[in-house]
Amino acid sequence: MSTVTRIYLYKRYERFWHWSQAALVIVMLFTGFEIHGAYHLFGFRGAATYHVFAAWTLLVLWAFTIFWQFTTGEWRQYIPTLKKVDAMVRYYLVGIFTHAPNPFRKTTTKKHNPLQRLAYLALLAMVSPIIWGSGLLYLFFAYWKAVGADAYLSLEGVALAHTAGAFMMLVFFIVHVYLTTTGHSPFAHIKTMITGWEEEAPES
Amino acid sequence: MTVTKPLLTAFLLAATIALAPAWATTQAPPAKKTTADHAKFKELQRNFASGPEVTKACLSCHTEAADQVQHTKHWTWEYTDAKSGKKLGKRAIINNYCTTTISNEKDCMACHAGYGWKDSNFDFTVKENVDCLVCHDSTGTYRKLPGDAGHPVYERKEFPKGSGKFVDPVDLQKVAQKVAMPSRANCGACHFFGAGGDGTKHGDLDSALKTPSKALDVHMDATGLNFSCVKCHQTSGHEVAGSRYAMAAAVTGHARVRGAQDDQPASCPSCHGDKPHHENALLMERLNAHTDKLACQTCHIPEYARDGIGTEKSWDWSTATKMGPEGKPVLIKDSAGRRAFDSKKGNFAWDSYLVPEYRWFNGQVSYITVGDKIDPSGIVEINHPEGKVNDPASRIWPFKIHRGKQAYDAENNILAVTHTAGEDETALWANFDWQKAITAGMKTAGLSYSGKYGFVSTEMSWPITHMVAPKDAALQCAQCHGAESRLAGIDGIYLPAVHGSRLIDLLGWLAVAAALVGVLIHGFTRFCFFCNKNKTPENPQ
Repeated sequence: MSTVTRIYLYKRYERFWHWSQAALVIVMLFTGFEIHGAYHLFGFRGAATYHVFAAWTLLVLWAFTIFWQFTTGEWRQYIPTLKKVDAMVRYYLVGIFTHAPNPFRKTTTKKHNPLQRLAYLALLAMVSPIIWGSGLLYLFFAYWKAVGADAYLSLEGVALAHTAGAFMMLVFFIVHVYLTTTGHSPFAHIKTMITGWEEEAPES
Repeated sequence: MTVTKPLLTAFLLAATIALAPAWATTQAPPAKKTTADHAKFKELQRNFASGPEVTKACLSCHTEAADQVQHTKHWTWEYTDAKSGKKLGKRAIINNYCTTTISNEKDCMACHAGYGWKDSNFDFTVKENVDCLVCHDSTGTYRKLPGDAGHPVYERKEFPKGSGKFVDPVDLQKVAQKVAMPSRANCGACHFFGAGGDGTKHGDLDSALKTPSKALDVHMDATGLNFSCVKCHQTSGHEVAGSRYAMAAAVTGHARVRGAQDDQPASCPSCHGDKPHHENALLMERLNAHTDKLACQTCHIPEYARDGIGTEKSWDWSTATKMGPEGKPVLIKDSAGRRAFDSKKGNFAWDSYLVPEYRWFNGQVSYITVGDKIDPSGIVEINHPEGKVNDPASRIWPFKIHRGKQAYDAENNILAVTHTAGEDETALWANFDWQKAITAGMKTAGLSYSGKYGFVSTEMSWPITHMVAPKDAALQCAQCHGAESRLAGIDGIYLPAVHGSRLIDLLGWLAVAAALVGVLIHGFTRFCFFCNKNKTPENPQ
């Protein structure tokens, strides 16, 4: 006898935001590394154009998302905590293999485990500023002179920071996608992110 | 019926004119564009024995024309550089083609807009020696040949000598009666043939521009815009705008009214402004952002000499005076019929469809002129385009680099003035004796000559600005931004696919690889434990 508890974890906007952002990040990774010269896919002109277009789209999406985060209070989900971080680390290093129970239980007010919170904090506080700061400077390179910024900035420095940020993003992407498979079934997390409903693992 | 038919015709004609103006302009009888038919002028209804006689007739109406011309470089062949104060112009410079006009005036002055400049005693104040016809002939029959000191052909003669080809005398009366505003053929008579042959010197100017296709030049396109040279090189009082000696390398701002004295109208932004791209919003912004670093020409003239005529890439004088097998001078042509070796002049290399070399350029060019010291240990850069990164007046420009070897005074370390042209006993092309030719040339130039000559490697930069391709044929992004970048050699710029940092790339890809390997190991381990768990006796089914 087992009971399945279902909680509505991700609201409609949140899911829309997540998946559009995912698509845009994928486009920007593919086009960005082509601009960087890693391979040929769209051609430089296509890659550069799509990259900039995706960047602007993502900026608009973020404008709405920031508004949404603050009006719904969801921003609190990202407040970092060190509580139980050690337990989470131990879980991912050991417990997950021996099918020990996940020390973290998702609720509508705490959707992210403590390790996740730290990861998202790093993403928001480090990777994002590097990528967006350098990206916007890169985008407006032609106007540096007009505002006197050319005295303090070098295109090379900005471009290299952007590249470094892109690598960090790619690493995050790989680990993030992998961790989606760590639910009670490999596609459980992805399913939740699509439907919004989290099904807790049936007790056996 | 007899009334309706012309009416119908008129209606159809009017409708056609209204609907198809392009067609109409070629079909309808055109009104004369000029207000004066020179054939009707009494002054021109006579025989002329010489060029200066024609000029006198011209000046009887156009009283100020000769004075105007005499103030221009076309007459003085002299130019004082505003920044350095240095004397430039064809009288002062020495190039790595025919080298110098000094002591060779009788030949060179075939391209002087004047009559009778055969040596250093030429009187620059004589008004009737201004050649009106070379620029204003519309018949295409006016010819000036080397050796005549700028006079047109008065008597039938063989040219080139020994070729069996003859040039008929110019009918000066006919030419005088048919004068017109300069066409491409007028300017081209000299500027297409610089350095002694079609396309030789500039690379972006050759006789294909008389009736070019759109692909060769989008503005001069004979069946399209059909620009004459003076459309861009707008002329006021015979002063022609736009010159290699004072180039506007970085014109900014909006498109402007043409021809104002303080403007440099012979530049692309004069008509197009500095934000000329109007593609989709994203691309437009990107492309317009390039105009503060690149000259328009850099993208819009992807190759120069885009025709079968081609241009000369190098001229090696050091092999001149070498004779053919029977001890006689020889002329050898390449597979395309262009000069490859000439006992008079040495070796040449030619090519078509050439990719320019790129340089930062602010419009200022520094020259080594006649008598300037050189360093013969390396390649002597006869003219150096100034400019650098982060200079608001500099842009990356396309250049033809003409390379060569030419004579120099091996002790005084100055480029040699060589008496090449002529029939006298010292001319190189008549006697094949370098020592005599350099001695005579240096003497005429007023330079001391050590008596020892050698050959030095030289290089000249010629900015490319004609043969603008249609926009679909402009450079594509990847031609600079791809791995095989045309701008790889330009300093001070960063191109993402070209420059990058090896360290960041190495660390980045290592981190990516570590992440991938990490998750694969983690996932594989989970999978193994999962399989084991299913085999445990607790779950026999």
